[in-house]
Amino acid sequence: MKVNKTLVALLVTACLLSACSDDKKPISATDGSQNAANGIKDASTSGLNASSGLNPQGLPNVNAGLGADGEFNDPNSPQPKIIYFMLDSSDVQPDFVPVITAHAQYLVANPSLSLLIEGNTDERGSREYNIALGEQRARSVANLLLAQGVSNAQLRIVSYGEEKPAASGNDESTWEQNRRAELVYQGK
Amino acid sequence: MNFLKIMCVCTVLGLSISSSHAELTIEITQGVESALPVAVVPFASQGVPVDIRNIVNADLERSGYFKMLSEQAMISRPSTPAEVEFKSWQDLGQNYLVIGRVNPNSDGQYSVEFQLFDVYKGSQLIGYQMNSSTADLRKTAHTISDLIFQKLTGKKGVFSGRIAYITSNSLGNKKWTYQLQVADADGMTPQTIATSNEPLMSPAWSPDGKQMAYVSFEHKAAAIYVQTLATGARTRVAEFSGINGAPAWSPDGTRLALTLSKDGSPDIFVLNLASHALTKITNSLAIDTEPTWSPDGNNIVFTSGRGGKPQLYIAPSQGGNEQRLTFTGDYNARASFSPDGKYLAMVHGNGNNYRIGVMDMASRTINVLTSGPTDESPSFAPNGTMILYASRKGGTGFLSAVSIDGKMQQKLVFNSGEVREPAWSPSP
Repeated sequence: MKVNKTLVALLVTACLLSACSDDKKPISATDGSQNAANGIKDASTSGLNASSGLNPQGLPNVNAGLGADGEFNDPNSPQPKIIYFMLDSSDVQPDFVPVITAHAQYLVANPSLSLLIEGNTDERGSREYNIALGEQRARSVANLLLAQGVSNAQLRIVSYGEEKPAASGNDESTWEQNRRAELVYQGK
Repeated sequence: MNFLKIMCVCTVLGLSISSSHAELTIEITQGVESALPVAVVPFASQGVPVDIRNIVNADLERSGYFKMLSEQAMISRPSTPAEVEFKSWQDLGQNYLVIGRVNPNSDGQYSVEFQLFDVYKGSQLIGYQMNSSTADLRKTAHTISDLIFQKLTGKKGVFSGRIAYITSNSLGNKKWTYQLQVADADGMTPQTIATSNEPLMSPAWSPDGKQMAYVSFEHKAAAIYVQTLATGARTRVAEFSGINGAPAWSPDGTRLALTLSKDGSPDIFVLNLASHALTKITNSLAIDTEPTWSPDGNNIVFTSGRGGKPQLYIAPSQGGNEQRLTFTGDYNARASFSPDGKYLAMVHGNGNNYRIGVMDMASRTINVLTSGPTDESPSFAPNGTMILYASRKGGTGFLSAVSIDGKMQQKLVFNSGEVREPAWSPSP
């Protein structure tokens, strides 16, 4: 009964969260993006796979329970909050499906939390087309979350296109870090 | 057109404009061989705060049509027609000569006079007297440039126009300051129209040049604003769920074409600014965005991903009968019509190389004008001779301009920060 075990862990987590909520820093978008930057650094030092794009790092072990790896909405959590995409594509790569599933379970278990999904692109091509492409990426992630029981009311998407690059440069490794959807928890 | 060949045969001129207010330097990276020799003599003036001769000289040089005589090479400095000896200007190889005077008026203004001469015919081509306030002296100088340019080339000058553009400056830590600015066509006297710590995008001039539509993410979601430049007053005209982007004014100034994704996928809509009525123009499941109106207002060209990759399509401006326009290159996007409607500039991508291309609307052939690799946001000058666009090299963005035959190129370099999304003001 893996799922039940996870649920128990989630419930414990939720209780802990509410119990110590007074001590927690408010979660801001800034903290979230700082964490995203760290995530990218981790990814690049552990090697990029050019053919499949960036791989998720610190993939949560869903079976072990989420509490062990820290909270998803904790800015310092090692849980991955960035989904990377292939060039000109908004399809979620198979590697990232478990990441989205873990977030879905966490959101279902914490209905008071909401998630902002920020779609982004690399710098190539035209800016407004990239806004549209970034939105499709965010929408792909949102659809997978909705399909796993997350409430529509918990989700909001925005696309920044190429306006907020995670890395600057003019090479494939920069571009693949920028083709991303960032998951930013909005607190309670 | 063979770009490399042109690079080799063309002269490379260097020009930098400096002043205490300079935010920008403009380099002519490629001029034409047949540039006409013109001498602009320093204007006779006393205690005038603006050097009109230098502004006119820089404007004409920047156009690429003229080879300007340096001040040091002048052996006389006439300021009245009676002082001009045409023979000596012929000896210096000059075809045309400009002289002028600036004198204080009784009403606290300046009287600015100039004459343009044909050196070989020994005759005056044009001569004007204008009154100018101190604040308008730069504008007056650009007007003089426009008059000279039109007389010598037969084309309307664009020196007294303005350009809008977006800058972004990194604050570190994945944060930026974004600004929408408007400057003179020579990059001087920049004014900030809007500032935000969230992205500003897609500035679009109203046809009368008095208002600007743009996209702002200041409330952490996209919205389209229309701002009156003279007063700063602004109205939020679109704030639907999802994308509110790519505003484009109808030629009569009554409507905005824009991109909304409120129904799911991004589609083109037309918003009537007076009645707020919204008409859906396209309805595909793919991305439709970046609308631009044909100058007669009858058609809208837009970018669509419906064929798998972004290509340009054309539809009547009330919707219906959508036809694909581009078939060469794997990425054609962000179209912009020339003022006469004969040409369509676009971002033309092949592999990793994104360049500015121009389609001849009669033959539907595309001529690639720039070398890439990250050129975008083409905007026609109001006289249709040049295209302003954004480039990126070495991690920073700057503006460039190219003539529509690709022969003349300029680079506009700002002091700091990234500059992009240029939009040339319509003719006054």
